[in-house]
Amino acid sequence: MLVFIARRLVVSLFVLFAASFVMFVLAANVGDPLADLRELPDDAQASAIAERVERMHLDLPVYARYFLWLGAAFTGDLGTNRQGQDVNVLLADAISATMQLVVAATVLAIVIGIAIGIISALRQYSGFDHSVTFGAFVAFSLPIFWVGVLLKQYGAIEFNNWLAQPVIPPLVIGVVALLAGLAWSSLIVGDRRTRLIAFTGATAVTAALLAFTSLTRWFADPGLGPVTVAISALGAAFGFSVLISGPKPNRPMYAALTAAAVGTVMYFVLSPVLDAPNLATIAGLAVTTVAVCVAIGYGVGGVLHRRNAIATAVWTGVFTGGVIFVDRMLQSFVSYSRSVQGRPISTVGARTPNYEGTFWELTLDSAGHLALPTMALILVSLATYTRYSRASMLEVMNLDYVRTARAKGLPERTVMTRHAFRNGLIPITTLAAYDFGTVIGGAVVTETVFGWRAMGHLLITGLNEADPIPVMAFFVVASGAIVIFNMIADITYAYLDPRIRLS
Amino acid sequence: MSTPENTPSGATGPDPDSGASNEAQGMNIAARTQWQLVRARFFRHRAALVGMFLLISVVLLAFTSIGYGPLPGWWDKSPTATGSLSDGGNPTLSLVPQFLGGSGLALGEHPFGQDNVGKDYFALTMKGTQVSLIVAFVVGIVATVVGTVLGACAGYFRGWTESVLMRVTDVLIAIPLLAIAAAAAKIAGQAGIFYLGMVLGLVTWTQTARLVRSSVLSLREKEFVEAARSVGTSSARIIFKHILPNTVGVIIVSVTLAIAAAVLLESALSFLGMGVQPPDTSLGRLITDYRSAMSTRPWLFYWPGLFIILIALSVNFIGDGLRDAFDPRQNRVRD
Repeated sequence: MLVFIARRLVVSLFVLFAASFVMFVLAANVGDPLADLRELPDDAQASAIAERVERMHLDLPVYARYFLWLGAAFTGDLGTNRQGQDVNVLLADAISATMQLVVAATVLAIVIGIAIGIISALRQYSGFDHSVTFGAFVAFSLPIFWVGVLLKQYGAIEFNNWLAQPVIPPLVIGVVALLAGLAWSSLIVGDRRTRLIAFTGATAVTAALLAFTSLTRWFADPGLGPVTVAISALGAAFGFSVLISGPKPNRPMYAALTAAAVGTVMYFVLSPVLDAPNLATIAGLAVTTVAVCVAIGYGVGGVLHRRNAIATAVWTGVFTGGVIFVDRMLQSFVSYSRSVQGRPISTVGARTPNYEGTFWELTLDSAGHLALPTMALILVSLATYTRYSRASMLEVMNLDYVRTARAKGLPERTVMTRHAFRNGLIPITTLAAYDFGTVIGGAVVTETVFGWRAMGHLLITGLNEADPIPVMAFFVVASGAIVIFNMIADITYAYLDPRIRLS
Repeated sequence: MSTPENTPSGATGPDPDSGASNEAQGMNIAARTQWQLVRARFFRHRAALVGMFLLISVVLLAFTSIGYGPLPGWWDKSPTATGSLSDGGNPTLSLVPQFLGGSGLALGEHPFGQDNVGKDYFALTMKGTQVSLIVAFVVGIVATVVGTVLGACAGYFRGWTESVLMRVTDVLIAIPLLAIAAAAAKIAGQAGIFYLGMVLGLVTWTQTARLVRSSVLSLREKEFVEAARSVGTSSARIIFKHILPNTVGVIIVSVTLAIAAAVLLESALSFLGMGVQPPDTSLGRLITDYRSAMSTRPWLFYWPGLFIILIALSVNFIGDGLRDAFDPRQNRVRD
């Protein structure tokens, strides 16, 4: 394994060198870097041109400039751009902006995509499955910049207008409720009567929920409140323990319920702490949550169920913590919304310029700016995960060892979560690793549509100004990520699937 | 799940018994060639047929309506002529029949509306569709030819040829696609849409090369290749006459997927201002040019996007149908 990694590293290094040379030559030839100066009046022109030739070393041939850049890059200095700004500084800002944008989007796309893919594999040929398949094809065909502009119009401008008077029209309530009913009824296994009950129930609950939020103007002052927090904590406890240890009352379920109860109590106890936290407080609380939940699982689980109990308790605890976080964030919504003139969903940039506020308001500010680009990114990468996890689950579900698991009398839940799901995820792990590699260089269009000054900005200004230095800064990070994550993908694949041998 | 009724053809379905036992009982089964099987499976794929129909319609509409080059079309307005705005430039296309309260099925004077200087937007969209289609097809063909030849050589010759070719592929893969495509397009974009398509093809062939190589790697060990080699057939002839026809499924599928990806890539580049350059226009370019008009003249924004989705979606469906038709073993994924 170590020999394999070492060899891959050496090869990757040479590949990166060659790629950087190609990119440099291309970037240096995209246009005339002096074009804007040639428009200047004659007296200023000569000195300006001389200055820029000096700064960009335009008197040297391209390959000499490449080696100049490479030599400096080895010492960690990525050079200065055409205006003389230090590219290292620009790059640091760009990376942090891009990471903010893509990490959340990629993680969400993976989680949601795998969940949808697996459900659609478990209910193959149902209405849900067909809709998901069709939806995935549409998502593959969507130009992301078009989606971005649509989202800006309807997700931000119209949505903010609507927030001033957040009443949901009855027609919308009806349509959404019907769609929810159809989705649930096609997910339920059973005869016609069961499906009908599921359809009616889901439709009625959705309609009631929407009517309630509309009547109470919930969207004008969204918040969850202790009751919702408690209910979602309990629901999560049941959900996770059903998934992990089965629907009958057992020790893991008690552990999860204990975690949910502790979480709900903490909602009140920690209230003063959460009034004005900072990032360290939140991180500390998250770590404490996990530690407490592990302890609960360890104590409640007993010797036999310890592993499952810890898992259910931790998942429940983390989920409850997340709900509490969202609740506290939404409590600041009214004051935040007022401070940005009632337009909480923003279309441009990473934050409101010169915005000052509490921790929660600042969090809401980033959330409002992240919402739309994240949605756009999720929409286009979701489809890949859905398709792959569906295909890989279907393939695994037809294998002999899954049949064996069923034949020895294991409940279907165990067969799926313990046997099929784990092996089905192996190809997805690889896909996710590849995807993380490409996503840094792949968000360029989204960043441009939403006016983020991030990695894409370096690339595009560099190309438009025929200045290879910022382009190469983009290249170093984006290509480095591609090469490293491709290697990680290969290694994890070999590690997870012993049938693959490294050569 | 794998009953004979819902597998496309008994001979290739997952149930090997039915075909063999039918033959054993002397039942009347017509011999079918590989192509007939593929065609039959393709035509049974409803989504692919719809995609095929849509794509042909879009191509016909784009090229007959405003004509191409010197050839005139049936649409009487040109994409460049400006004029006076009628009804604020709103689209006159009406699809709601009269008995439903609409104004009947009618094209009207400007079915897709007009832009702010009175250009007919239908003609403009058709012009953009033509350019986007041409670029996409050139990209698809160039990428496939380059990828196929390089992949086949790497797979057939092995040794240092393979190492070199695969390292070249690695180098191209290591550069973010958008970065290399944008730089190449910016260099070639000025020279016209055919050059643009060609350079985009030259940076997007890597996937095809990898697919073809892996399938050639297994084919070169087959007996018929050995037989051809033993009678002294030249390497070029073995590759082009014996091996590549057997990889045609992989190649055709990768052409369609490359075309679908190329439509989106070209429009994204044009959107960033690095693809098609004026006076040419493309669907992506139209969206960039008119994106500030979203709130005042939304139709200027909707039509080109709609056509991009239409083209990419129909090509994707065709590709899906072809993949199932050429490789029925994968049918478990979608029947």
